[in-house]
Amino acid sequence: MTKQVQKLDHVIIRFAGDSGDGMQLAGDRFTQETAIFGNDLSTLPNFPAEIRAPAGTLPGVSSFQLHFADHDILTPGDDPDVLIAMNPAALKANIRDLPRGGDLIVNTDEFTKRNLTKVGYETNPLDSGELDQYHVYAMPITSMTVKALEEFDITRKDAERAKNMFALGMLSWLYDRPADSTLSFLKSKFAKNPEIMAANVAAFQAGWNFGETTEAFSVRYEVKPAKLKPGTYRNISGNTALAYGLVAASQLAKLPLFLGSYPITPASDILHELAKHKRFGVRTFQAEDEIAAVGAALGAAFGGSLAVTTTSGPGMALKAETVGLGVSVELPLIVCDIQRAGPSTGMPTKTEQADLLQVMFGRNGESPVPVVAAGSPADCFNTAIEAARIAVKYRTPVILLSDGYLANGSEPWRIPDVSSLPDISVPFATADDEAPEDKEAGEFQPFRRDPLTLARPWAIPGTKGLEHRIGGIEKADVAGTISYDPDNHDRMVRLRQAKIDGIATDIPPLKVDDPDEDARVLVLGWGSTFGSIGAAARLVRNGGQRVATAHLRHLNPFPSNLGEVLRSYDKVLLPEINLGQLALLLRGKYLVDVISYNRVRGLPFRAAELADVIKDVIKSV
Amino acid sequence: MSENGTESHRFGSLVLVPKATERSSVKDFKSDQEVRWCPGCGDYAILAAFQAFLPELEVPRENVVVVSGIGCSSRLPYYVDTYGMHSIHGRAPAIATGLASSRPDLSVWVITGDGDALSIGGNHLIHSLRRNVNIKILLFNNRIYGLTKGQYSPTSEQGKVTKSTPFGSLDHPFNPASLALGADATFVARTIDSDRKHLTSVLRAAADHQGAAFIEIYQNCPIFNDDAFAPLKDATAGDRLIRLEHGQPVRSGATGLKFGSHGQLEPTDNPDEAILHDAHRADPSYAFALSRLDAADFRHTPVGVFRQVEQPSYDRLMAEQIATARAKSGPGELAALLAGADTWEVG
Repeated sequence: MTKQVQKLDHVIIRFAGDSGDGMQLAGDRFTQETAIFGNDLSTLPNFPAEIRAPAGTLPGVSSFQLHFADHDILTPGDDPDVLIAMNPAALKANIRDLPRGGDLIVNTDEFTKRNLTKVGYETNPLDSGELDQYHVYAMPITSMTVKALEEFDITRKDAERAKNMFALGMLSWLYDRPADSTLSFLKSKFAKNPEIMAANVAAFQAGWNFGETTEAFSVRYEVKPAKLKPGTYRNISGNTALAYGLVAASQLAKLPLFLGSYPITPASDILHELAKHKRFGVRTFQAEDEIAAVGAALGAAFGGSLAVTTTSGPGMALKAETVGLGVSVELPLIVCDIQRAGPSTGMPTKTEQADLLQVMFGRNGESPVPVVAAGSPADCFNTAIEAARIAVKYRTPVILLSDGYLANGSEPWRIPDVSSLPDISVPFATADDEAPEDKEAGEFQPFRRDPLTLARPWAIPGTKGLEHRIGGIEKADVAGTISYDPDNHDRMVRLRQAKIDGIATDIPPLKVDDPDEDARVLVLGWGSTFGSIGAAARLVRNGGQRVATAHLRHLNPFPSNLGEVLRSYDKVLLPEINLGQLALLLRGKYLVDVISYNRVRGLPFRAAELADVIKDVIKSV
Repeated sequence: MSENGTESHRFGSLVLVPKATERSSVKDFKSDQEVRWCPGCGDYAILAAFQAFLPELEVPRENVVVVSGIGCSSRLPYYVDTYGMHSIHGRAPAIATGLASSRPDLSVWVITGDGDALSIGGNHLIHSLRRNVNIKILLFNNRIYGLTKGQYSPTSEQGKVTKSTPFGSLDHPFNPASLALGADATFVARTIDSDRKHLTSVLRAAADHQGAAFIEIYQNCPIFNDDAFAPLKDATAGDRLIRLEHGQPVRSGATGLKFGSHGQLEPTDNPDEAILHDAHRADPSYAFALSRLDAADFRHTPVGVFRQVEQPSYDRLMAEQIATARAKSGPGELAALLAGADTWEVG
């Protein structure tokens, strides 16, 4: 049967099921197929912190949203066009997001009385008429999968578990996705278990064939590849991009990479990724706790490694004292905080931007550190290199902020030409570099600063003639010996601050995107709101209104033109997934009355929601 | 070894550390900083013994690093003219772990105290020992908090009256040697600040150990806990000290020791039953039994090396994994890593 082909410019599809249903895997594979096909895309995995919440319950629902298009897109999309609900819980948890007329694919096998009761459905929504406003495709996905796998020598449970591949096959057919990468993925994933491998491949193919033959689907959809900037692309998640950025930074700095880390959601994948890359000379150290993780990194920094520790908010709190030591001894250290919803344990798998003030001020004493934030999953790569550049050049801890949304979300990435990446290497100190007067004095002066950067020499153990002691006690300016002199302390406090403030001259000015050049409202953002703000601005501009946008990568110090930019607009809107942390800093520093927009739902902003907020602000000008 | 084979013994922990090309003396290891411990503090004796021992390592001064935490003992790195870091409370083993595992060419020493290592930093201590990182940990045990002016410590005897425990402390103390052995430390020893010769011999044995070495040093605090170890320093100390020497009988005064029915050690007058000290036993139970001989009145207190067993050190295993990965598939290539398996071209 030849089916009609319907052309679409974009699709938002959400896979939802029980956390044991393999929805993240199905979503990942569909994403990979979509990436290879050449669409632009953006993803939003959303899963519970529990590894296996009780089966079939609302807390156990796991979902994966993918937005793909024939043009460049910025977000995983607000509401799905298509919802795949593998059980009643998934339906109940997600149906309110599906717009009227949306496609709903349901696995009818799971709609048993028991499963319906578990989530509070008194009648079966498939029969009650409450889903009439949607295009419902009711399909017995589990039993079709089991039937397709009858000939395999596997348990019924294993056969049922392949239902995610059946669903994936069906959707891959429906959206004309290339299947090769999924087939080769299955072959390598189950290489040790050929029967399971064959069964999963067969389930995928059965799903594909079902899509092709069933009369339920009268059309097949086509979303043409996007016209992206020429180059070689791959799909990449934020945590992978961050790990790659660190490996690249190690090569660009010509320093061995040392990672001290303690497992924590949503940062652990960086540890997992880096642990694979021993060939690059990467040393990964899974410490006994967060404090040891950053301590070991600082020890490695003293020894001349490019030292990194990765964590999330709760771990950041534990590392604070050691980061303060790093500020005092002035050694390079990259501290990655993959933020999650807090306070305390909060919601470990949900995103938030509420650690900004913690990383700025969460240490004792005057303890300034540079802070950089990534704006998109792929941008984590560049941000890691920038954090390393600042750390080694200025001999300081640098905090890199990412978050759960960037960490697990993915997007196409134009792979950079390695030769185009910056050289960020700095020389270690040697006895030959010493100033003549210091040489004469006979003692190395570990806090003799570079007049330009105010960085102190990085003199690593093993360097003859530069033996010295550093520590957390206040040091005499230049000599670095213990000092309790009041004026010296005042000077050192100011020098450490001046060193960090001076980095402002070494970072690009803030760029404003204002296509019409006469917008009166600026939307400022930082971190993972980049996509949502950009998409919202497009909606506003498409509606004929004018708005400017700007996005901060450097949060400490700020770009030197920030004050000027803020003052050149009538209104500045600042959406943050916190209660106004950057707003507090901007008001304090620039006395500009920025308008905060804050939601802390553990999810990225919806573009349409932000667009409405922007329109309201424009109206008020 | 040099060509003529006459070179002196190279310490086991220094296999990957360069050898000094010139001789050094105690003077070379004294920094220009004025030593600021209280008069009569046991730390002076330990510092002097340590500085005098360092030339024996025969490694360049720049390849020695002393890392400490916080407390009176942790001021020591300032007085030793090598590389050093006076870090934060309890964290020295963690910092030293990062340094030693990324720089096998360094001789790394950790200086800590009973509060630093056993209270705030207890976790790092046990984990660095079980990992067998190539660091030498010198724990100055004075059974009191000195720098904060006299609170009881995790090694203070129960009932200790201090500023923070005017009615006596309630906590049962740690036995540091037992704790280290419980963590499967590959080298555990104990010595006393006032016995320079013994202290130096223990430092020597620790330096000869590839991996984590734990040395408890009984150290007198004349201000807040004076004479805490007096019974081990007077004329009758010989009857109390059990000087552990590998291959020699384990004896408290004239009395030998034998294993009792529950694996504990107990005195015996029968010389045929008396055990010979075996520091190299793979099973730590014996060394643990030795450590349990301690009593509040010090009536039989083992000093010397309880345990010394060979196990690959963490830094070497880490370096080996890197070498193996490179030998198998060559050094990493960044462009290939970034591209991964699934790419597509846009025209």
